[in-house]
Order: sequence, then structure tokens, then C-alpha cells
Amino acid sequence: MSYMIGLKCRECGRLYPKEALFVCEYCFGSLEVDYDYDAIRRSFTKMSLAARPKNLWRYRELLPIEGEPTVGFFSGCTPFIKADRLAAALDVKTLYIKDDSVCHPTLSFKDRVVSIALSRARELHFDTVACASTGNLANAVSALAAWAGFDRYIFTPADLELGKVVASLIYKPTLVAVEGNYDEVNRLCTEIAAKYHWAFVNINIRPYYAEGSKTYGFEIAEQLDWQLPQHIVVPAAGGSLITKIWKAFKELQLLGFVREIPTRLYAAQATGCAPIVTAIKERTDIIKPVKPKTIAKSLAIGNPADGYYAVKAIEASGGWAEVATDEEIVAGMKLLAETEGIFTETAGGVTVAAAKKLIEEGRIPRDESVVISITGNGLKTQEPLLQQLGTPLKIQPTLASFEHTFRQHKEAKLA
Amino acid sequence: MRVNVRIPTPLQSLTQGQAEVASHGATVTELLENLNQQYPGIKERLCDERGKLRRFVNVFVNEEDIRFLQMDQTPLKDGDDVSIIPAIAGGQ
Repeated sequence: MSYMIGLKCRECGRLYPKEALFVCEYCFGSLEVDYDYDAIRRSFTKMSLAARPKNLWRYRELLPIEGEPTVGFFSGCTPFIKADRLAAALDVKTLYIKDDSVCHPTLSFKDRVVSIALSRARELHFDTVACASTGNLANAVSALAAWAGFDRYIFTPADLELGKVVASLIYKPTLVAVEGNYDEVNRLCTEIAAKYHWAFVNINIRPYYAEGSKTYGFEIAEQLDWQLPQHIVVPAAGGSLITKIWKAFKELQLLGFVREIPTRLYAAQATGCAPIVTAIKERTDIIKPVKPKTIAKSLAIGNPADGYYAVKAIEASGGWAEVATDEEIVAGMKLLAETEGIFTETAGGVTVAAAKKLIEEGRIPRDESVVISITGNGLKTQEPLLQQLGTPLKIQPTLASFEHTFRQHKEAKLA
Repeated sequence: MRVNVRIPTPLQSLTQGQAEVASHGATVTELLENLNQQYPGIKERLCDERGKLRRFVNVFVNEEDIRFLQMDQTPLKDGDDVSIIPAIAGGQ
């Protein structure tokens, strides 16, 4: 049973068939999936949800496929953690982490969007899938396409972290490293997508793909027993995740799962690539593109496709935005690891650092509930940490050697 | 002078299916006017009522986004490559 009516232009409202289309022919606005919410209301209830398997397809009615899902049966339903030690460090009362650093199978929230995109690509009879990526999406497309049996072409900037390159190559895609930044890769792929009959998950399959990010928002709501948090801090690259979290909350309200939306959204970006934060702070909806320069490579998108919609969602929620420098990013990664035992990638460091600033600035009141969105895993972005964590204590395999070194270490710590 | 213009899929119905066409103009604005003479209707698809490029249209001159150059006043010379690309694509 499908609840998807078709595609609709977000700008001019023109209707399109549910095919591999992403842009309005008339005004170049983006196409978005249009659902039959009256039909959804009849089968998507809190009661029906309780019995469903713990993966992202439990929100099936609000996801854009026509038949049964075919990819992603182990993705989603990641931990939602009450982070009391981090709360104490940031001097805030109630803090949660939504932890997609352990999403199956490739340790980032991109496993969500790719599960939807590949299920839809199969319905649209593609045999080859592709993407333009800063790394996490590359990993997710490589792995899930291997599982589902698609040919796979991955385009990334040539300067990615080693962890992200290895975590793509192991799944044997055709990996194309482009001498350029992500925005250049993306532009190239838009031109390739127009020429080759491939399912580019974030180009011609984008209206379906992007809906997968809603599951991150649905899960937060469900894991809080349908009480939405007052504040949620979200890392922003293309701006799609924060936009779709907002859409998820709006849909839950429309379907009667939550009565109101008390949530304020906050975008977190790196100082060296902050077009969305700049627009928020300058109170404009015109996104000025930038040339990214940051260690948070997964957020290094200088020309964010959904920047305009991200700004609109943040404004509608009454939220704000903040940036983090490279030093603050590393400090954020270390703080999360030392307090909560979660090793996040650089993007997570951005989010923790931005949350810290927003609390210190008084934008987020210390006695209200906050969710920090962790979307990727630190094992993939080890380079910026290499000189920052000290080294192991080296000893001989004798008790004497241990005790000698241990004493020295303790004295050094005290000094 | 001659400028090569790459046409995005949604506009190829106006260029008889051609993905690349030749045109001319001293600036991007002039180029759009001349394109509209050659392929009537193309400008209203790319520009709003005030004649400004729509929010979701990106234009590149020799692979550089014109928002890093002089916007629609970016000068053009013989042999330049211009790409018109929908802004909505990508995301990590």
C-alpha cells in the first residue's frame, strides 16, 4: 500500500509524477514527496507502532516507497542517551544525545537516507546507484548497494580522511576522487546525472532520499515518549537534516502524535564553512556561498542545497545558530568522549562545541531540555586528533617497570 | 564572440533537445537576453518577474560560481564556458 501521491514543487506547487525527478521545470524549485495524510492517519497509530520491528521502516507510512522496503532492515533505531555527565560539564539540567555514530551498517545517519533511496531506486528499476559525497554518504551507498546488489559509483573530493576512503573501498564501488571541493563534485555530478541513467541518491533520487532524515526526528519523539524536546542542536552541511527533523515534528503534530511543537532548532557549522549560520545571524534568507576551510570535512559544503529551507525552519522554530573553530571542534570531540564514552567524528565536535556556546550565551536556557544530534563516528576522522591526545605509556613487561612509570606519570599529572 | 552554454535538462525542451548551445554577450545578463532571442521563453524560466536570476538557479562561468565573481554582471569573453545548473542537489 502506498501513501505517496506524487511529487510537488516546494516553491510553485506544480505536481509531478513519482519518478526520478528532483527539480521543477518551471521555477527550478525542489520537488518534495506529497502524501495522503488521511490514509496515513488510519494505519499509523501509536498502538500499531508498538508492535513493529526496531528499524527505520517502522515509520513506513511516512516514507516514500510504493511496495515493501528492500534495503535497511537494520538501520535506524539508534540509542537515545540521557547524558548526565556532559550535562554537568555544560552546566545544563537535562541533556540527551541522539547517537547515530552507531547506525548500522556504516556508522552515520546516512544509512537512513540511503536505505530509503535504494529501496526507491529498485522500485524505479535502476540497476546502478551513485552519489556525490563528503564521505559518510559514500560509505553508506557503497555498503548498502553491495548488500542490495546494485552497481555503485561514488564521487568524492580527493582530500578525504583515510578512514572514509577505506570505509568505501572495502565494499568495492567505483570510487572517483575528484580534484576539487564538495561543491565542485556536486556540480559535476549534477551534469553526469543528466547524462547517465543512474540513480544518484542525492540528485535525481533526492526527493525520496531526503525523506529518510525524518526518521531521526521520529525516533527522538518516540524515544521521549512523544514529548518533544525544547531545544535540538543539529550539524548542518547541505541543511537537509535540520529541515527534515522539523518536517518530522510537523507531521507528528498533523497526525496527532504530539499536541504542540515546543522545539527550537539550532544549526551548528564550522567557522570555516558557515553559510547557514551567517544567514541566521544576519537575519536574511539569502545564502552566500563560501569556499570551505575546516577539519569538519563532512560539513564542508559551501553552497548548501537546502540552506534556504534550513534557515526558514530555524526561524519558524525560534531557534538560532552557532559556529565552532577547528580547536573548538577537537575540544568538543574530546569532551563528548571523556564524559559520555561516545567517539564522534569532527561534525559531532562541531555540534557539541556549538551547543556549549549556545548555552553559555544564554540562547539555550540551562533549565530546559536539550538534544545534541550526533550523526557520525570518530573512527572515520582520526587525522585531526593524532597530535592532540598524548601517547600511551610504554613499559617493559615487568612489575618494576610498570610501577616506575606509573609513579612518574602520577607525579607529572600532579605537577 | 562565441560563448558555450550548457543547458540543464529541464530547459532542453526550449533548445530543441540540445544540451549545449552557442550564444554571446558581454555579461551574464546580456547572455541571458541573447539566449532568450534564440530560444524564446528561456529567460522567464531562469529569472523572476524583476529579471533577477531565481534563487534555485546557479550559473558558473568557466566552472566558477558567479556569486564568487560579479553575479549577473560577470564579464564574458570569447570561448568562455557557461553552465546553468539547478541549485537543488547534493547533501554530504
